[in-house]
Amino acid sequence: MEKLYKILKYTFITLWTVFIVAPFLWAVSTSFKDFQSVNSKVTYIPWLDFEPTLEGWRVLVKSPARGGVDIVEPYFNSIFVTCTASLISIILGTLAAYALSRFTFKAGFVRNNDITFFFISQRIMPPIVLSIPFFIFLSTIGLLDSLLGLVVVYIVLLMPIAVWIMVDFFNRVPKELDETALIDGCNPYQAFYKVVLPNSIPGLIVAGMFCIIFGWIDFFFAFILTFTEVQLLPVKVVALNSSITPWWSLSASALISVAPLIIVAFVVERYLSKGNLSGALK
Amino acid sequence: MNFKHKYVFLFPGLFVLIGILIFPIIFTIRLSLSGWNSYTPEMNFIGITNYIRLFTDDPRFWESFFRLSFLSVSTVILQYIIGFALALMVWREIKFKRFFRVIFLIPMMTTPVIMTVIWRTFFHESLGPVNDLLGHIGIGPILWLSDPVIAKFTVIIVEVWQWTPFMFLLLLAGLLSLPKEPFLAAAIDGASTFRKFVYVTFPLMAPISIGAIIIRLIEASKIMDTVFVLTSGGPGTATETSSFYIYIKGLREFQMGYAATLSFTYLVIMIISLTIIAKVLTKLMIKE
Repeated sequence: MEKLYKILKYTFITLWTVFIVAPFLWAVSTSFKDFQSVNSKVTYIPWLDFEPTLEGWRVLVKSPARGGVDIVEPYFNSIFVTCTASLISIILGTLAAYALSRFTFKAGFVRNNDITFFFISQRIMPPIVLSIPFFIFLSTIGLLDSLLGLVVVYIVLLMPIAVWIMVDFFNRVPKELDETALIDGCNPYQAFYKVVLPNSIPGLIVAGMFCIIFGWIDFFFAFILTFTEVQLLPVKVVALNSSITPWWSLSASALISVAPLIIVAFVVERYLSKGNLSGALK
Repeated sequence: MNFKHKYVFLFPGLFVLIGILIFPIIFTIRLSLSGWNSYTPEMNFIGITNYIRLFTDDPRFWESFFRLSFLSVSTVILQYIIGFALALMVWREIKFKRFFRVIFLIPMMTTPVIMTVIWRTFFHESLGPVNDLLGHIGIGPILWLSDPVIAKFTVIIVEVWQWTPFMFLLLLAGLLSLPKEPFLAAAIDGASTFRKFVYVTFPLMAPISIGAIIIRLIEASKIMDTVFVLTSGGPGTATETSSFYIYIKGLREFQMGYAATLSFTYLVIMIISLTIIAKVLTKLMIKE
């Protein structure tokens, strides 16, 4: 019985691993193909099935005028927007989460939990609902097709995540910590900055990672609110898809776009194994 | 402590969020009462004409909504079952534990649209590897993207691939935070693996499960990226979800007024149904 369970377990894990890895392997293989090896028949293994070329990867750094794709600029745009919006969301979200975790608010029937829920519930908002008014709003104030406009929109996407993770995290940081600091003569801001924050670094890292993930993977706002001046990475790659489908450069650019966040998976795992995430994600 | 300080902490975030959101929401409501389209791009007032049109004369929206419900509920159920199974398997000591944990997390770190671009080549009906490999074992070409029924399952496969890791992460974090005593007690009583799960693990995990399911349902109700790239709502309208339909009405046909009506109705339905689901799940899974 135990043995059967063990066999089933390892079979399931193996199958799932294959399922997860399969599209990546396919993309890696495709990125080294040329027209002939994509379109004649389905090929898998370089040298055995087809003659690999580096064309798909070379195209990525060429300028569009010379038949290239140039994903360098969208790459930096994506990094800039994601990091700026995450940073702002983390700062504002952490402050708000600290307030919601330490003080009691009362305004009419509104309590702390209601305010927390208000923050988090912004995730319910479907992007499409916001995108039409944002489209008109940003074009009125001239921020359509600009990085700044995207940062503003991404704050709405990311701040709920920061508040969600940080409220739970602060709830587990003992209150005595700030109380002692206050007795020792700190004002509330010093208590927060010098005592609470240094003890919340794991929480901040987790919140930061989640903001970066959800900022980086967003496509829809970037797609609707930008056209030609600025392009973010996902939009650029999808635009490649709709042209005549050069699968090799498509695969290469897709791989290079998802690569940086795979490092995040290692960081998340590390925090998970150390037990820091368990509290932060409840 | 001086009570005023608390506002200094709370207000920047709260006001930035409200400040960014208040305009779009009021604007959507106002826009939904107008006939703004590409012929008359202006904020006229036509009362509830749009709402009457939606409730009496637009089966396509309701179809897309039921399709969305089907897709999001079925993907979340699958994600929960698989995610829970995976979390249980790498919770305790197994070989290469950390390696598997990292592998299981990777898909959620990848951009859905970009991976969907890869999936599209993967499921390509004549040049993709899936049909090729199936062909070798004698299963005829499956119309992954152009058959109305199968296309739905293709979307489900991609969504499950993409988001099971999130469910896995939340559930594994929950499992790792459980107290040890109940498991010791069950071990002393000599409970089998199965009984331990039913009587100890699952009840202890119920609150975390509900949280995880709700979070995933919220995210799944926005299914859009996958559909957009994989099938563009097609074939026909076979995989069109509410968001995608609103997108077509608003930003392709430029019926802004009507799209705002759809958006607002959609948002209200989402909030109501998610609240009901949360209540029902709590009742079903937590037994006092």
